[in-house]
Amino acid sequence: MRAWRCPHASGLQREDNLSFDIIIMQAFSGLSLFTILLLMALGLAIVFGLMGVINMAHGELMALGAYVTYLVALFFERYLPSLMGVYIFFAIFCAFAATFAFGYVLERGFIRWFYNRPLDTLLATWGLSLVLQQFYRSTFGAQEVSVPLATWLTGAWEPFTGIQLPLNRIFIIGLTALVALCVFLLLYKSRWGLRVRAVTQNRPISAAVGINTDRVDALTFAVGSGLAGIAGSVFTMLGSTNPGTGQLYIVDSFIVVVFGGVQSLLGTALSAFAIAESQTALEYLSTGTIAKVTILLCVIVMLYFRPQGLFASKVRGA
Amino acid sequence: MIKITRRHLMQSTVAGAAAIAMPSVLRAQTQGVDANSVRLGILHSLTGTFAIAEAAMVEAEKLAIGEINAAGGVMGHEIVPYIEDGASEAPVFAEKAKVLLRRDNVAAIIGCYSSALRKAVLPAVNQAKGLLYYPTYYEGQEIDKRCLYTSQEATQSVIAAVTWMAQEKGKKFFLVGSNYIYPVTCNKIAKPTIDKLGGTVVGEEYVPLGHTEFSSIINKIKAANPDCIYSTVVGGSNVAFYKQLRAAGLDGSKITLLSTVVSENEIEGIGKDNAVGYYACMGYFQSIDSPMNQKFVKAIKDKYGADRVVGDPMQCGYNSVYLWKNAVEKAQSFAPDDVLKASQGLTIEAPEGTLRFDDENHHVWKKVRVGRALDDGQFEIVHETPDLVQPDPFPKL
Repeated sequence: MRAWRCPHASGLQREDNLSFDIIIMQAFSGLSLFTILLLMALGLAIVFGLMGVINMAHGELMALGAYVTYLVALFFERYLPSLMGVYIFFAIFCAFAATFAFGYVLERGFIRWFYNRPLDTLLATWGLSLVLQQFYRSTFGAQEVSVPLATWLTGAWEPFTGIQLPLNRIFIIGLTALVALCVFLLLYKSRWGLRVRAVTQNRPISAAVGINTDRVDALTFAVGSGLAGIAGSVFTMLGSTNPGTGQLYIVDSFIVVVFGGVQSLLGTALSAFAIAESQTALEYLSTGTIAKVTILLCVIVMLYFRPQGLFASKVRGA
Repeated sequence: MIKITRRHLMQSTVAGAAAIAMPSVLRAQTQGVDANSVRLGILHSLTGTFAIAEAAMVEAEKLAIGEINAAGGVMGHEIVPYIEDGASEAPVFAEKAKVLLRRDNVAAIIGCYSSALRKAVLPAVNQAKGLLYYPTYYEGQEIDKRCLYTSQEATQSVIAAVTWMAQEKGKKFFLVGSNYIYPVTCNKIAKPTIDKLGGTVVGEEYVPLGHTEFSSIINKIKAANPDCIYSTVVGGSNVAFYKQLRAAGLDGSKITLLSTVVSENEIEGIGKDNAVGYYACMGYFQSIDSPMNQKFVKAIKDKYGADRVVGDPMQCGYNSVYLWKNAVEKAQSFAPDDVLKASQGLTIEAPEGTLRFDDENHHVWKKVRVGRALDDGQFEIVHETPDLVQPDPFPKL
């Protein structure tokens, strides 16, 4: 008994070692987690935020992206081993295409029958998530599958001695920036984006001016799903791929979207940033569990006073 | 108003008496043993989260049953396996244990994976005066009078692992685990052991189950600059931890990482490349070089496919069947009480080497080994305890 160290003892010792290198690496961790959360939440921000569909199976769409990546990796390993270095680009594209197509079919065949029935949507999509999980389990087995990482993405970039920045995280930061830019351009600079926003703001009037709202719905849902696929594909670099993988991401995604304010993409980005930075800082100063609890408490308190989220854009009621 | 008439009373009394009498009548008729067969229950998850680990254990147990039957059975009785699927859920396990014990009247059950599942099954086993063989490594802290623990409990692997690291790799330790009972117990054992060896613990961290973001923990590790990391991170988190550790530049050549939960089966999910150079401590590794193990591995591969890997829990499941058979033959009885008594001090030769049940505490004395992961997903054994390690489920720390 006497020998057990209290956790604070090690905490004190750590502060002495809180050197410049560690501060840089922690800042980088925060930035990295920000991009991860943003990538995770972008798809949901569109599906849940803009369309108002509570898709509990969103995480399983990420898992679909991850499994497609695994299959593409297997294909390259077997038939094109010389191109193994660049398979990830192809895999990201395939993951997007597969989840986009699946999302389209899902909206047409399933989700659209549940519009304006949020509670039923919740149950129906949760059921769907269970079906998908069991499907992955039956197809790929219950254990994690291992998705190989291209050699140029393994290891760390060392700008100075003592500072190691993992290459795969740098890659994810770059990719998220690109995806976020595309989403922004698509939503705010394209005709399609204009229609999406119009339908979001006022569905009957949009229909009255000749917008095919059904088509807009299907495409919007498909794009949101496709983004989930990209996220799932990229996360194979950091985490595990198993039938339950989606469940790990879905809660965080919802928190980011709700905290930022539904219907606000800027809010999603800022909320991802706030959560990521406080999570990494708290995790370093206390423990992973405390960090998670603190953040959840903050979100609850914030939502109590601002139920519309941090940045709510004003829209007409549906 | 409910009116209790004499007729009602009679009906319910008779019905109640019949219900009470039924199981014992059935038991008197069957016993699970007849002239030339005996029933053995196998209770593992064939579906759900634990399926991949447990399905492989069922295969190993069936292999052992097949071998015993081919060699003439147990005291001339052919073993008939009764296999139930616990579906990775504790309530289902409890229910299926009752089915095996009450309906099928099995002579013993081999099964369960996580401690939660075992704890769910044990009340039923005790009630029916049955017998459970538990073939998975776990945290200790339990001696149930109707359970026999055939894998290593925490002190057996943790003390051996920590001692080896302190002697071979350095005395500054960082402990990382998932936030639940197994890692916390292991670290409670590890810390005084490290103290005794003259080492220091420079950090102790727990992550929520399923956690996939390790960058802050890795920075803490870098700041503390330990010689050794002792890891009890489990499940999908393990995959994330190994991948991110390697990506952050802390691969096996820079730091010693040892886990007491990563067997050959886990490496398949982590990825061979990501696990290379990291260590694990187990009772059994597929690479053990002995004729008996080569025969065992070959039998698994012949029966279930050449690409199969064999991990510690599979081998412990296989051993459990033999431990039961030998105890039955020693007792000359299938009755659980006799088998339990005969198990005291029972010794068998297994693929991992000699196993001996303790005289008192229902756990096995066994050798423990440290292995280094190679690029083919196998472990190179770098250390083996010279003697059998005593099981000590309630260590005095």
